[in-house]
Amino acid sequence: MDGLFKENDRTDNYAKELNIKGEICPFTFVRSKLALEKIKPGEILRIIVDYEPAIRNVPRSMTDQGHKVLSINKINDTDYEIIVEKGGKK
Amino acid sequence: MEFTEEQIKRYARHIILPEVGGEGQEKLLSSKILLIGAGGLGAPCGYYLGAAGIGTLGIVDFDIVDLSNLQRQIWHGTKDVGRYKVDSAKDSIERINPDVKVITYKDKIDSANIKELIKDYDVIVDATDNFPARYLINDACHFMNKPLVYGSIFRFEGQVTVFLPDKGPCYRCLFSTPPPPGLVPSCQEAGVLGVLPGVIGAIQANEAIKITLGVGNTLNGRLLIYDALDMKFTEMKLRKDKCCPLCGENPNILDLIDYEEFCELYHHE
Ligand SMILES: [Zn+2]
Repeated sequence: MDGLFKENDRTDNYAKELNIKGEICPFTFVRSKLALEKIKPGEILRIIVDYEPAIRNVPRSMTDQGHKVLSINKINDTDYEIIVEKGGKK
Repeated sequence: MEFTEEQIKRYARHIILPEVGGEGQEKLLSSKILLIGAGGLGAPCGYYLGAAGIGTLGIVDFDIVDLSNLQRQIWHGTKDVGRYKVDSAKDSIERINPDVKVITYKDKIDSANIKELIKDYDVIVDATDNFPARYLINDACHFMNKPLVYGSIFRFEGQVTVFLPDKGPCYRCLFSTPPPPGLVPSCQEAGVLGVLPGVIGAIQANEAIKITLGVGNTLNGRLLIYDALDMKFTEMKLRKDKCCPLCGENPNILDLIDYEEFCELYHHE
């Protein structure tokens, strides 16, 4: 898995992709968490946000709740991606 | 299930909690809780259960809203005086949360109807104010293996616990039979601080929700006693009594019992 999610990596190895542009905190995390509940431990969720504080808040909450934040990247002028691996027993 | 946009917003603070999450919220939305008593304890308890998104909330009470109830039964308003408590309660819950299906029963519980009333529910909340009801509910929950959240209030003191059949003591392990008539003043005679049932009823809702979610430690085996005057919570360990006439090794209560009402004022209502 190492090196798979470098900046601007466009591989499609995501179990799920969530576009929540326009959403603000705490609903960015709420929606991300709901999406994460739909995939299995070890699988990857890609979250796209355009609310800048979310790139700190969402990863912090994800880490707090036992998930692994693989990377956070700016993908264009307005948007960011947050790549999260679901925690828990595989 | 898929949450609606409205539900994602409504339950956001639950979904954020690791112990609840979307999965826990779904459990709440698919759960059925029966609240027996729509008065002082029932009001805060039912309000919070409704707000939490309990999918089906049954409410049992045959009584009518009286002006003297409003000092503590906060889900009835002045305009509700003269209405059935369950009708007023249903309006209050529906105003807060349209997700909740409220089923009302304008029944006085007795040995003939209690099993039928509780059979479809996952958790039973005793929010009644008299001994015959407490024994009846305790016994019926034991026979039908239903988790029971018990609460009672008296002047400035409240008690609350959880009875899980087969997993802990029951009400009769504490008090095997009702006190003799006349020994205990009724709630009406004794008076009660209006906010007291708010504290106890909210704890009952808390426990009912935990049982539904399967999280935390419930009050099973512990009686929590709240003194509103000294502002103290104390806890009493409860043990299953081997000689309990209901859940002990040689039970002699094998069927439901209708005890007489003790309170003389009660009959004058
Ligand atoms: Zn017992």
